[in-house]
Amino acid sequence: MAQTLYDKLMGAHVVREQDGATLIYIDRQLIHEVTSPQAFEGLTMSGRKPWRNKANLAVPDHNVPTTERSNGVSSISDPVSRLQVETLDKNCETFEINQIQMNDVRQGIVHVIGPEQGVTLPGMSIVCGDSHTTTHGALGALAFGIGTSEVEHVLTTGCLWQSKAKNLKIEVNGDLGKHISAKDIALYMIGEIGTAGATGYAIEFCGTAIENMSIEGRMTLCNMSIEAGAKVGMVAVDDKTIEYVRGRPFTPTGKNWDLAVTYWKTLHSDEGAYFDEKILIDATLIKPQVTWGTSPEMVVDINGETPDPEKEDDPVKAESIRIALNYIHLKPNTSISSIAIDKVFIGSCTNSRIEDLRVAAAVAKGKKIANTIKLALVVPGSGLVKQQAEAEGLDQIFTDAGFEWREPGCSMCLAMNADRLEVGERCASTSNRNFEGRQGQGSFTHLVSPAIAAASAIAGHLSEV
Amino acid sequence: MRRFTSLTSITMPLDRANIDTDAIIPKQFLKSIKRSGFGPNLFDEWRYLDHGEVGMDNSKRPINPDFVLNDPQYEGAQILLTRRNFGCGSSREHAPWALEDFGFRAIIAPSFADIFYNNCFKNGILPIVLSSEIVDALFAYQGEIVINLEEQSVKTEDNIYNFEVDAERKRRLINGLDDIGLTLQYEDQIRSFEVEHFKKYPWL
Repeated sequence: MAQTLYDKLMGAHVVREQDGATLIYIDRQLIHEVTSPQAFEGLTMSGRKPWRNKANLAVPDHNVPTTERSNGVSSISDPVSRLQVETLDKNCETFEINQIQMNDVRQGIVHVIGPEQGVTLPGMSIVCGDSHTTTHGALGALAFGIGTSEVEHVLTTGCLWQSKAKNLKIEVNGDLGKHISAKDIALYMIGEIGTAGATGYAIEFCGTAIENMSIEGRMTLCNMSIEAGAKVGMVAVDDKTIEYVRGRPFTPTGKNWDLAVTYWKTLHSDEGAYFDEKILIDATLIKPQVTWGTSPEMVVDINGETPDPEKEDDPVKAESIRIALNYIHLKPNTSISSIAIDKVFIGSCTNSRIEDLRVAAAVAKGKKIANTIKLALVVPGSGLVKQQAEAEGLDQIFTDAGFEWREPGCSMCLAMNADRLEVGERCASTSNRNFEGRQGQGSFTHLVSPAIAAASAIAGHLSEV
Repeated sequence: MRRFTSLTSITMPLDRANIDTDAIIPKQFLKSIKRSGFGPNLFDEWRYLDHGEVGMDNSKRPINPDFVLNDPQYEGAQILLTRRNFGCGSSREHAPWALEDFGFRAIIAPSFADIFYNNCFKNGILPIVLSSEIVDALFAYQGEIVINLEEQSVKTEDNIYNFEVDAERKRRLINGLDDIGLTLQYEDQIRSFEVEHFKKYPWL
């Protein structure tokens, strides 16, 4: 029977089925400092050992400072943050888990370093105690976020109980316009189907716009699948995937490489495979996207306006619009490009890879950020992305334009470290969530692409390139 | 894990859609390496008028009188009644930990985000999906309701509403079974799967 990519990936990992629940084998677990301490504590209390140490890779990313940190963990000034990173160090040592530590040049955001190191590969089942684990689906892997109880379950048993998701095909055809990126497709898609639009579904992205998209772009798109509520977001393996994976530190070599490639080439939906739902998107219609409210589905074209709750028929939606506009201090029918911003954040597991930085640098080159901008941060996704960007002179372009060039980490995406917005500050951010207080209590977030973030920093307000 | 069989309680009506886990428990409280003690910071930014930080004495903080959790008429409610897509966003299990620590044992909504829904079952919380119409009716209803997991029912004085739940999840919740202990019963099966798996995919 013709199978979807998701069916194939699930099928390859089924250990046992009972009463509609499926026990699947997990090939790789990524671990970070925030959602793992209680899982390790569970192991200690039960006296259990990790099932297969080598299945795991840990890295601290959420709490790490992006400023000078050559003194290692002691550079973290907040004692509570520091304890969390120290706890990860201690747990990895006790349980013999491979960790890339804070001052290792390979350190970075867990979803950036997984693919970068070849630790996450096509066909793998991959979990992490982090919702943006969907990122790794860009490589044709089965990858999703889990809670801490499940982190402990995977650590201890090597497996996880799952119920099968339905299949959703999102086909994006046509050429993207100038300065339009995967981020704009992601936000546009969420605007169309809503933040619960894909709940219960495994999304497979396909179509000419996806075929033409780089692997890093696909990661941005799959990353934000969770913002539509999806279980996973995936793209079939093609030649680009295989070229991307080739030669990375953890990528197989020799005979194993040949075997792997032969298998990876089967990782696509079969002709005629059944999808429960299909959505078609015309890429040529997509303009740069900007969120106006407090949910990623509250999104419009950059040349659009904030909505008017009076014009909304659904009372629950109208109330959501009112609450969001009230929180974010904007009036109905406000032109998006008239909205002044205080800070700019270029980074996060959504948009901190080298291609993102190249795009932003191209926009910033030879220009200066507006003098009303209090802070414009560029936070590379990993130490290796940072190194590459510096080799290309991107750091110089950013600093010449008035941006700050920082050390890698999650940074202002969720403000668990010192990088945050103050009350009442407004930010153009390349991250993934614009929830109330996400970047700092009482702050306002507008999600955008790297190109729009850079252009907005220069203009001082939300702006097209 | 704590068992869940039945529950009689008034509901706490939190009339808002798309409540995300950042709102349920803001990030600064995620720095804790413990599993308990999150209850006082549940919905922190809505519940208090000041900015909450780890280590504050929450009993001394100014509370927001307009927020439903602070309304004395709902004190002691063990059922949270809310709108669609509850628990969206971050996978943080600190969200159900905070809800459980506060005293909620069940949540009723028209829909839940996937990871949050799953996390509830690991913490003895029953998330119940009922249609928007029924949720509307429950928002209008005053008084105690009775949840019975065995019967998969929610009873008000005049009505009985049935809900769906996976058989396996129900069995584990009713018996308070530990997932890991259950899975390790199949240790031999996992081992033999693993041997075949690595034979087939030797690069893993």
